[in-house]
Amino acid sequence: MMTLTESVNKKVEKHGTTREALLPILQDIVTEKSYLSDQDMVEVARQLDISAADVFGTATFYSFLDTKPRGKYVIRICKTISCSMKGKHEVLETIEDILKISLGETTADKQFSLLETNCIGWCHKAPAILINDDPYTELNSEKVTEILREYIKK
Amino acid sequence: MTNIPIKRVDLIFEKVLCKEIFEKIVNSSPEEVTQAIIDSGLKGRGGAGFPTGLKWQFAAREKSEDKYIVCNADEGEPGTFKDRQILDEVPEKVFCGMAIASKAVGAKKGYIYLRGEYKFLVPKLEQKMKEFHDFMKEIGHDFEVILRMGSGAYICGEESALFESIEGKRGEPRNKPPYPTTAGVFDKPTCINNVETLVYTVMILKYGATHFKDLGTKDSRGSKVFSVSGDTPKAGIYELELGMTVGEFVDEFGDGDTKSVQVGGAAGFCVPRKRFQDTIIGFEGVPTGGSMKLFNSSRSMYNVMHNYLDFFNEESCGQCTPCRVGCQQLLKGIEAVKRGEKSSKYLEELEKLASTMKVAAKCGLGQSVGNAFNSIVNNFREEIIY
Repeated sequence: MMTLTESVNKKVEKHGTTREALLPILQDIVTEKSYLSDQDMVEVARQLDISAADVFGTATFYSFLDTKPRGKYVIRICKTISCSMKGKHEVLETIEDILKISLGETTADKQFSLLETNCIGWCHKAPAILINDDPYTELNSEKVTEILREYIKK
Repeated sequence: MTNIPIKRVDLIFEKVLCKEIFEKIVNSSPEEVTQAIIDSGLKGRGGAGFPTGLKWQFAAREKSEDKYIVCNADEGEPGTFKDRQILDEVPEKVFCGMAIASKAVGAKKGYIYLRGEYKFLVPKLEQKMKEFHDFMKEIGHDFEVILRMGSGAYICGEESALFESIEGKRGEPRNKPPYPTTAGVFDKPTCINNVETLVYTVMILKYGATHFKDLGTKDSRGSKVFSVSGDTPKAGIYELELGMTVGEFVDEFGDGDTKSVQVGGAAGFCVPRKRFQDTIIGFEGVPTGGSMKLFNSSRSMYNVMHNYLDFFNEESCGQCTPCRVGCQQLLKGIEAVKRGEKSSKYLEELEKLASTMKVAAKCGLGQSVGNAFNSIVNNFREEIIY
């Protein structure tokens, strides 16, 4: 298995060592492991020759760059008005029931995290969620149950 | 009363041969290209409505080796989803628009800044981008586009915050001036346009400035893509001629029980039923980046306001005090009034605070919180209090 240094180095080689490369590098790490650990941020800082505080400050500005451990699948449910109006609450309750977790939590097997997010741009097909990068729209209790079953099987 | 239906337009999603359009202008002078856009009267479709041709002219006049074209695809305004559809259906037109802008401005490099929520579009965009770069080489126009992703920050749709983000920093807005055309991304002259604006420039060059200018009104030329959601049987994306009133819009899209329309998203204005007939959707009335949310009489405007304030609280970057503290206090304030801890008079204090934010906040986010706040509180006072 790749060490953390090697893994970060691979991304630095792809994106470069300028400050401009910082976000793409952090985004790649999050894509790979769902969150940024302290060690990741320290290592990125070392390889880009900037302060770790600067990396932490940048990462924590962005809501999709999590600095807490998250599950393999991060579910983000839209909480903005159109989705709220069209039954977001029922969808949320269903997800909580199935996964036995509340908002902000991760399942014990580290497969799923459940978070809220602001408008994801599917208001005409509300309510909507993102599972990692994939949007699911026009949800109701049955539909989201089916989608989650597919993910649980994976 | 006879209802004249709102004119549907099909420019944005019309399939065209981008290569042909670009070939037609590649040997024109930058001034000719810019003049066509100025003549069309096109204003920015992201919401702020700055004249596009003028922006290009400003950037073109800057003397710098390095200039940039930036496509703002950080569509985050609640209720706006048209740029996603444009990038999904006609990405080649977005790239073509950037190439046209590069020709007009004299830029060799461009960025598309795509919101993280739309990452599912990346494989398609990368494929189209490859084809685009091959075409640029073939035709001998020196222009390269780089795709950059956001990571869930609404504020990065503000142009100077977007530049900071491209530079790898926290997306905190800068002071203006200097404006982007003087010092934008990497402090170089930058022309930043919305996705839809760029596509319109392609169509203006295809059909001519007059074709576009003949649509719409004196202050709002052309057509616009609207994102329609909320209490409507026809939620979706529609390209319509500008100049209609909210009343005409509601006749077409309402559910028969519309009590208000939020025009322009959380940062926009609430238009109540009594103002439907005399409010024009456009720069002479209520401007919008496309977000049109309809609310019927079953909806509590307190809940709507609460949802928006909660949104702004999370998305305020926290850099300037009027916005950081203002958003918090507005939210706490309406909650206190609702619980009866503060008298209804307190709403007047909150309205003053929102008006202060309009002048004191550093960027468009803080400055526009008062649009929704004051228009909802003014029109639906009882719903906020009781």
